[in-house]
Amino acid sequence: MIRVRAPFLPALLVVLAIVAALPLAVNNNSLREELFLMFMLITLASSINIIMGYTGYVSFGHIVFFGLGGYFAFYLMQNFNAHFLVAALAGAIPASAIALVIGVPILRLRGAYFALATIGINEAMRTAINNFEPFGGAVGMFFNFSVYDTYGGARNAALLAYGVMVVVALATVTTSYLIRRSKFGLSLMAIREDQDVAMVVGIDPARAKVVAYVISSFFPALAGATFFFKNGIIEPGVAFDLLRSIESLVMCVLGGTGTVAGPIVGAALYEWLRGFLITTPALANFQLFLAGLLLLVVVLFVTAGLVGWLRNRYPVLRAYIQ
Amino acid sequence: MILQVDAVTVRFGGLVACDAATFAVEEGEILGLIGPNGAGKTTLFNAINGVHRPRSGRIVFRREEITGLRPFQVARRGVARAYQVVRPLNDLSVIANVTVGACFGRENLSLRAARTVAEEVLASLGLADKAEVAAGKLNVAQKKRLELGRALAARPALLLADEVLAGLNPQEVSAMLAVFRSLRERGVTVIMIEHLMHAVMNVCDRVVVLDYGKKIAEGSPQVVSSDPKVVEAYLGDPKAAQRFLEEAT
Amino acid sequence: MSVDALVPSAIDGLMLGFVYGLAAMGLTLIFGVMRVINLSHGPVIALGMFVVYVLFTGAGVNPYLGLIAAAGLGILFGVAIYFVAVDRIINAPELTTLLATYSVNLMIVGVATSVFTTTPRAVDISLGSVGGSGVTILGTHAVAVAIAIAGAALLYAILFRTRIGKSIRAVANNRAAAELMGIDSRRVLALSFGIGTSLAMTSGALLSTLFSFTPLSGATYEVKSFVIVVLGGLGNPTGALVGGIVLGLLEGVSTVFIPVSWVPVLEYVIFIAILLVRPTGLLGARA
Repeated sequence: MIRVRAPFLPALLVVLAIVAALPLAVNNNSLREELFLMFMLITLASSINIIMGYTGYVSFGHIVFFGLGGYFAFYLMQNFNAHFLVAALAGAIPASAIALVIGVPILRLRGAYFALATIGINEAMRTAINNFEPFGGAVGMFFNFSVYDTYGGARNAALLAYGVMVVVALATVTTSYLIRRSKFGLSLMAIREDQDVAMVVGIDPARAKVVAYVISSFFPALAGATFFFKNGIIEPGVAFDLLRSIESLVMCVLGGTGTVAGPIVGAALYEWLRGFLITTPALANFQLFLAGLLLLVVVLFVTAGLVGWLRNRYPVLRAYIQ
Repeated sequence: MILQVDAVTVRFGGLVACDAATFAVEEGEILGLIGPNGAGKTTLFNAINGVHRPRSGRIVFRREEITGLRPFQVARRGVARAYQVVRPLNDLSVIANVTVGACFGRENLSLRAARTVAEEVLASLGLADKAEVAAGKLNVAQKKRLELGRALAARPALLLADEVLAGLNPQEVSAMLAVFRSLRERGVTVIMIEHLMHAVMNVCDRVVVLDYGKKIAEGSPQVVSSDPKVVEAYLGDPKAAQRFLEEAT
Repeated sequence: MSVDALVPSAIDGLMLGFVYGLAAMGLTLIFGVMRVINLSHGPVIALGMFVVYVLFTGAGVNPYLGLIAAAGLGILFGVAIYFVAVDRIINAPELTTLLATYSVNLMIVGVATSVFTTTPRAVDISLGSVGGSGVTILGTHAVAVAIAIAGAALLYAILFRTRIGKSIRAVANNRAAAELMGIDSRRVLALSFGIGTSLAMTSGALLSTLFSFTPLSGATYEVKSFVIVVLGGLGNPTGALVGGIVLGLLEGVSTVFIPVSWVPVLEYVIFIAILLVRPTGLLGARA
């Protein structure tokens, strides 16, 4: 919190923007694809950091908003010929509205109960949509290629998706930073540390938690809309993939919850490791084992995550790395 | 009269923790709330604070009824609380802890203004050099000062101080009492739960005594300390109380 | 589906419920004793399936004997998981132990899919069937129920009739006080984790005789276990057994009235509802 001698946010945004521009500058498609995923992971990890890192509520099933944003947007594009940008926003709003509706009751739960409830919600949503014909049921929905004509072809659509994902990631990071440095963020962290004390100093925990939850649902919804727009196909198992949900949790913990840089570092590291391991199919499963091992090592020995560890070890860095 | 506690009863299932407790607190005074352990003093604080809802009775603060309001609502009306068993926000820095106190109270300050207030409070309590340390890393005496600091930073009209002197050495006690006196000068009302009798005698304007949830005495420190009922409550044996008083005079 | 199908379906569900309940008892025991939500529960169930499978296909061992092996291995494996992943962080906040057990989950699934791939496996045994008047009970189902009940009874015997069981209950109640009484709580925790894992693996072993499976099959049963544990009350083994029966019955009955694909939705909705309305479960949580 408080005094930052270096302009952390602008510096961070510039670095991210440069990284984003790289594949476009050298016209490297596969790099662009990788970075598309990485910026998506940054979005997911940073969003979950708001409700988990700052507020202390572990949302295991957070991916539900990714799926909802994806489905709503896809539906609008498919059935109403909505332009992607419009559909993405118009899809994120009901997703966040749902976050508001479920947030109020489930944020009353503590710790493990809350985590379990979020799993229940994701799974309930997944299995419900599995049966929901207007959304394609178990088969899901898919574009026919002509949909991309509006954007000047599939390639342009992919570029548009990339640009939007980068912007969403930057917006998420900025929001995370602003929250962290604000009075609202301080109230969240007080709630995380001791909710009863927070109440006694004048914070309304119920309201603060719900606001945090709703904000943290908005960006994954946009990310979902973008991801599935680019893919051209959406199905329940992929949209509400619990594994992906937990992965964003892992990335957040890896890099360090409660900081702005943590989720970014965690996402980048995780994705790098995954790319490193995915070289052969045999290794792909082994990758899962290594991911687990890495997570265990971090949880047991580097509890504050990499960024957290750095900040503790070298307190002088605290002002420079938020 | 800044606070009126009117026949407040708090029950936990079958246990009556506060039994029709009634007293008033004048603005700007330091009121001592004493009594043996288990007398219901902390429960009474919890009732005033909004942590427990009284089964019956009323609590009126500054002419507004606050019975049953949620803790944050009471806090926003200018009541601050320092806990007996300290509850620092462990992973936040000391200055952040105190800023939290300053931010969300009656004045609803901005982060920057709150931080300025926090710095002043830390300086007045001798914790300024520990400002960036994580609160969890302080020793107990420092945590107690932090606890008080967080309450003071809210610049409350009424401070509920629950055994803030426990575990402090004589110098620290004197320093804390000086803080309380300066609060009185600024017009802040304090109710302090204390076991340290010389502190109570020294700094309190009036004293209320509880035993088994009931008020058994009220008055100036001198009057109350020589009240046989009070002595008996602490010592348990009326004859011993009698002997003690005879020896004292 | 007609109402005629109701009774057989209900009976079938009820029987499966015992098997689910057995697994859930393992999960709830671990939570009750050390307040850890064991996210490696699912893959361990799958491991139980594979132990039986490997012994059966590799050495012709009778699945029910393989089950004993699974149970025994379960204890050892659980103790190992405890010391590797949980012991160091036993006092840490819930998220830490959640992630630690989840990491074990990933590791088990990673290795298992590497070794066994995702080809469905099955343990082909047939024990005929029993029945009449429209109700047929498969032999394998009947045996599964019997063993599940035996397993639950064994757990109760251990918990309530042995010294070690008493220490487990003491540690579950108040670890610090138990230590003061001279109980080595670390050993008790490790053993409890072992028993919990053993129950899960045994349940998996039983399930292997009933359905085909892959290393990923544990996930479905893990979620069922969560639902059951919440239904019955976190930390309450009786609740887990009852919850299992209730869930099994619910599954059996509801498939008659609603399409099969809606049954999971119903289960999850109930799950969330219980968490919100009565988080201590139908029978009351232990903690």
